[in-house]
Formats: sequence, structure tokens, C-alpha cells
Amino acid sequence: MRHLLSTQDLGRADAVRILDTAAQMAATQSREIKKLPTLRGRTVVNLFYEDSTRTRISFETAAKRLSADVINFSAKGSSVSKGESLKDTALTLQAMGADAVVVRHQASGAPHLLAHAGWLDAAVVNAGDGMHQHPTQALLDAYTLRRHLSGTGLTAPGASGPDDAAARGAGLDGRHVAIVGDVLHSRVARSNVHLLHTLGAHVTLVAPPTLLPVGVQTWPCEVSYDLDATLAGDTANGGPDAVMMLRVQRERMSGSGAGGGAFFPNPLEYSRKYGLDARRLGLLAEHAIVMHPGPMNRGLEISAQAADSPRAVIVEQVANGVAVRMAVLYLLLAGSDETDVAPASAAQPVPAVERVPAS
Amino acid sequence: MSSGAAVPTPPVPTPEVGTVVLTAADISRALTRIAHEIVERNKGAHDLVLLGIPTRGVPLATRLAERLAAIEGSPADGAPDPHAIVGELDVTMYRDDLHRHPTRTIGATRLPASGIDGKVVVLVDDVLYSGRTIRAALDAISDLGRPRAVQLAALVDRGHRELPIRPDFVGKNLPTSTSERVSVRLAEIDGASAAGDASADAVVIRPAPSPTGAAEDGEGGA
Repeated sequence: MRHLLSTQDLGRADAVRILDTAAQMAATQSREIKKLPTLRGRTVVNLFYEDSTRTRISFETAAKRLSADVINFSAKGSSVSKGESLKDTALTLQAMGADAVVVRHQASGAPHLLAHAGWLDAAVVNAGDGMHQHPTQALLDAYTLRRHLSGTGLTAPGASGPDDAAARGAGLDGRHVAIVGDVLHSRVARSNVHLLHTLGAHVTLVAPPTLLPVGVQTWPCEVSYDLDATLAGDTANGGPDAVMMLRVQRERMSGSGAGGGAFFPNPLEYSRKYGLDARRLGLLAEHAIVMHPGPMNRGLEISAQAADSPRAVIVEQVANGVAVRMAVLYLLLAGSDETDVAPASAAQPVPAVERVPAS
Repeated sequence: MSSGAAVPTPPVPTPEVGTVVLTAADISRALTRIAHEIVERNKGAHDLVLLGIPTRGVPLATRLAERLAAIEGSPADGAPDPHAIVGELDVTMYRDDLHRHPTRTIGATRLPASGIDGKVVVLVDDVLYSGRTIRAALDAISDLGRPRAVQLAALVDRGHRELPIRPDFVGKNLPTSTSERVSVRLAEIDGASAAGDASADAVVIRPAPSPTGAAEDGEGGA
């Protein structure tokens, strides 16, 4: 793995490996000393062209917990506002010796360009590009789902807690995840559909037709317009094991005013048809969990009762985000690249002298 | 086929697998002796924690703990519960050679419930070579707590140390060339042998397969 740009590029083995590594990283985060020396001397640049507090802090925390040096770059107040291009910024970062660039950009495809244009040698991590992908968010969602849903026993609310050891190496086979809300503007939904499918889960997208993108029928998922029917288990897959509520991205809806622009008549109607409230919470199976990538519009797509209920794992998702991003940075930065391998006579891959490398 | 075995021990030459230098019985005897030495050095088995370094240090630590419990008698006499004093210490994230090799998979670190503060920690590994794994383990331990003392038990010491690290308990000193490989096989990890023996335990030495010779590479693995 050289870059992390999209969950579509991830095979099942890679995805499971990231989740397993994240589980080990999470275990280190319960210690008194959370910092590891693993990436000492490496430099991670957080290149944020779009505002984001949660993701940037999460990446920054992850890099610092691994002892990497972190440089935060936000387009606001930088030379970008004077007109510097992405290419020139990339060349600057290259000259400064960045080992990894975590990039968030309002344009879909900007991380791909950065990774493949030849401006940079660094590993590129997509931290959200336009309406395209947000792979680490999908990975942290999958990690959260796996903790609660994989293994032999499903975790009921109030049970002793998820069994991380049982989840090791597992996917999400046979689980059913409903992703509800503003799919059209959501890179989280796009990333999740592909990753969850790769991991073996069934995904049902639930949204008003206006908030579904063109071509959604080609995605590896089902589509429903009726939240109550999906929650009640009317589909072939039965009721969902997890419900992922999406934020209604009104800042991306033009001509909005107070409502949803041309996408839905008014917030109240959206909330009645697609909001997760206490009644709909009651339709869920005993073990099912409620997720939200944040930030939440309480009262719009999710009610306060649902957001604060014991089956909501929204705060845990944030904590898991640090572990998943540590895992991604470790896997991208810790090992040598194939291109870095020195001539055979100088430094051969170590003979497996003492122990067979765990693979 | 392989003329000239490197070590003049009673050789059991098997061309594909190399020369067996320790059999299952030898390994068993060495572990028993190490267990007695640990008890003697520490005047009993109180406050002991055995931390195995994955992969093969972990079953070795478990076997040592069982022997310690057997030596010390019943729990009423103060003998340790063999399962309560064994832990697992993954050192991957503390290695200084991560950037020189393909990315390693991170293993689990699992400490005994009593923790390691104030305890005597015995690190257990299968082969001691450059000493770099142990250096990483010492760093890892210092992030986990503050033991009273740290000791080191290795089943095989093959020499070629690159750091001032010395084992306290050694199963067998095995002088090797850097071009040779030492493999430890344990039934818990490697399963029963293909020959149908009850146990797959063995320490095997064989020449490195690379024709160019990996003699320059002295710091891998351990």
C-alpha cells in the first residue's frame, strides 16, 4: 500500500489488515503512556483546503501518538489565498521533506492528482475530497461495526463490551448496514458502501430520491426510499444490524434558505420521513447500533434521544478514528517502499533468522 | 548433499531442514534448567512476571511458567499461578529497523492482570542474536510500567551481539556464522511435525539459502 485514496482500491485482505492493526493501536491507547516511538523522524503534513476540526485533530493526534512530526497547513491564511496552485504547494512540501501528506480538498480527485502527478514522493492519504471519498472515515466506521457485530456474540447494549480478540481477522460477513440520509453529497456514504461491501456486509441506502446520486444503481448496495420499512426488516436482508445516519449537508445545497433547497420541501418533512427518532429506535433489533459521522444536526436527521441512547456509538467512532488513522499512517510510513530497497548486496531483506515473519 | 555441517554436534542431517541441534527432549531439559535458575536467582518465584516476545517467546514463557509452578509446589505454598504470571510483549512498534524492511504486522501486547510495576520481569525469547529485539523490548517495558528488575531468558544464544545486552538465562550457546540461520520450531506454533512425532519441537541450523551470502546483514530479526 503506497497511498490511501479510495476504499474502492482496498482489497479485503488490506482492509482487514488495517482494521487488525487499528485494534492493536487502540490497545496502546488505553495505556498510561500513549505515545509510541514508531514514526520518529517522519514528517506528516496535514494539508487542509477545507475546514475540518474533527478530522484534522484526529490525524494530528494519530501522527503525534506515533511520534511523527506534524505540520498543519490550512488553506485559509496561507499562500493558497494568494493564488498558489496545488502543484506549487506540493513541490514546496516535497522540498521540505514531507513523508506523508494528509489532504482534504473540496475538489473530488485532488488527492489522486497529488499522489500520481509526480510532484511528491510522499504517501498521500485522502482525508475527504469533495463529494468523492473519505476512506479513513469508512475504515473507522467499519472498525466500529466490527467491534460490535463480528465474532460469535453480538454486543447488546449494556453487555460487558465488544470482544476485540474475537474480531481479529474477521470481516462483516452477513451483516446488514443501513446508511440513511443525504447520500448525494456524502463522501462518507460512497466510501462506506464500497468498503462494507468488500468486507462482506449488505448495505441499504435509504434516502429521498432527490438525495441519491445518478448511477447509484451501479453501486454494490440496495436502495430504499422508506426508512420505516428498512428498519422493520422488510427487505430480503432483514432488519439492519447498524444504522448509519448521514448529516444533511445544507451548505452544499444551493438556493437553500431555511430548508433543503430543491432537495426536500422543508426540514420538518425530512425529519419525519428520514430522521431517526425514539420511535424508529424502537424498531431496531436488540443488538443494533446507531452511528453518525458527525457533526450531527440534532433534530434534523437524528433526534437527541437517538443520539444519546446507549446504542449510539457516535463518541466511540471518534476515539476509533485515532486508532484507525494511526494504523493507516503506520502501514504507509513504517515499512520500506519497494522502491527504497537497496541493492541486494548491501541490505537484503532480512533472512528470517529468528522467527518466521508473521504474515 | 550439504557437505560440512557448520556445528560439530551429533548431526541429524536432513537436507531440506538443516541440522537439528536441539531435539524436543533437549529443549525440555533446557527449559527445566532455566526455570530452576530463575527460582535460584530470584530466591523463589514471588513477584515474577514472564513476558514472552512473539511469536515463539510466548509459548516458551508459558512452558517456563508451568515449570516454575511445578518447582514451587502448590499455590498454598506461594507458588505462582502459571497463567497469571505470563504475558506477551509485542515490540514491533519499538524497533529501530522498521524503515528498512517491509511493513511488519503488529502483534498483541498482553500483560498479566497484576501489571509489571515493582515486579521482576523475565523477558523470554527463542533466539538471541543482535540484541535489537531486546533493546526494543526494554523500551516497550518502560512505557508499560516500572519493573523492579528485568532479566532475559533465551532458548538459544547465537552470538553476534550489536548492543551491550547479555542474557541471564540461556538454554544453549550456539556459535554460528552470520550466514547461517537458526530456526526454532515449537509445537504450539508450528504444529506437530510431518514425520508424525508427537511434538514438533526442534532447533535447526542451516545455511542461508542466498548464494550471494547474507553475511553483511547482521542486524535482522532479533
